[in-house]
Parts: sequence; structure tokens; C-alpha cells
Amino acid sequence: MRSIIYLLFVLLGVSGIYFMLEYNFLAAVELAVYAGGIIILYINAIMLIDKIGVPMEKPKVGRQILAGIISVFSLAVSLFAIYSYHFIQAAHPRGTSVEQLGKHLLSYGDNGYILPFELISIFFLAVLVGAIVIAKTSKPIK
Amino acid sequence: MIEGVSIYEILTLTTTVFFIGVYGFVTRKNLMGMLISIELILNSAAVNFVAINKYLFPAKMDGDIFSIFIIAVAAAETALALAIIINLYRLVLSVKTKDLETMKY
Repeated sequence: MRSIIYLLFVLLGVSGIYFMLEYNFLAAVELAVYAGGIIILYINAIMLIDKIGVPMEKPKVGRQILAGIISVFSLAVSLFAIYSYHFIQAAHPRGTSVEQLGKHLLSYGDNGYILPFELISIFFLAVLVGAIVIAKTSKPIK
Repeated sequence: MIEGVSIYEILTLTTTVFFIGVYGFVTRKNLMGMLISIELILNSAAVNFVAINKYLFPAKMDGDIFSIFIIAVAAAETALALAIIINLYRLVLSVKTKDLETMKY
């Protein structure tokens, strides 16, 4: 439960980064979809599932150390790769307006994104039906 | 571009968030914690797309659109995974990974 609230703060921070990068539409989407939808879904699921008062099971120390070593090592390698590469930064970066974004998303010319856009709408329909079917068909075993 | 913040700082932030997510994914013992870690990983990838698009190729907007698609797929994945988890909880009364070893009940 507490981790959900922390995740909410992480998402708010990510949305703030989008705002500072002047991608306003993306920040609004992040706030609406994640902070509005997914967090509520998680909180509902946790209230259905969690046993209140039972303390969380701690992971094994060996596994914790192993995962920590792997993560820190990979992080070091990635940061080394990032800092040893010289990025050629653009001179005058600018944000994108919602109008540009919509036209690009629905254009069917070169580099248009109409096909993934339609595909993802079909995908959402499939997910909707699938989630209902999965949540409905269950026979209690025990 | 954020004043006074270069691309290196943003990439450092997203890489750190990514590996925090990987650490949580490996160490967590219940399915909800693993799902939250996946959210962290996907978010850091989306921020990476947007930052690189903004700093290096500001005339294009492919990273922006990819980020929107990442958010959409993450939302769909969360909805399905939560449906599966709740159904599984009704069957075996647990969301811990050590209780969920059988693929078919």
C-alpha cells in the first residue's frame, strides 16, 4: 500500500519532467492515465487482496545482495557508456504542440503513425474483452 | 530544453530509476510488487525516449509518439495483469510467487 503511494509520487515527478521539457500533452496523459487510472486500479486490487496487519515478507539476504550487486554493476556500466559518449545537442530545441502531434499521429504519408494508432485501438478492445473474460470465469477450487 | 540541465543528468536519472525497477523486480516476493517495478521500468524508458527526442532531434516527434504508445501498452498490461492476479487470488488465496508454481490448476 505504501509502495503505491511512492509510485504515485514517482509518476508525478515524471510528469513534472515532461512539463519542464515542454511536452504538455504527454504530461497531461501521464497524469490522467497513470495517476488517475492505474493508481486507483492498484489501490482497489490491493484493498481486495492484502491482508491488513500481516507484515510484508522480507526477501532473503543473499538474493537481496545478489540483486543489488547486479543492479549496481549494470548501472555503473550504463552510466559509463552514457558519460563516455559525446552527444551532439541540437541548438534550438522546441516543444511540440498538440496540433502537430495529432496530425503526425494520424498522417498516412511518410513516417505517419496511422497504422500503429489503429492497431492499438484494436489492441485496447482485445484487452477490454480479455480482462472481463479472465475476471469472470473462475470456479472456486478450495 | 530545461535551463541548466543537460541530457546527461536526465539520462542518469532514468538509468537509476530503471535499475531500481530491476532490483525491485528481482527481490520482490509478491506479484503486486513485481508489477509496480515493471511500471518503474516502463516509465524510465518513456522518459528516455522523450529526452533524447527533445535534446538531439527536436525537429522530429517520433520519440513523443513512441512514449504515448508505451503509456498505452503499460495501461493495458496493468489492467490485464490485475485481472489475472485477482482471479488467481480467488483460486489460491495468495499472491506470493512461491505459492504460484503450477502453471495449470
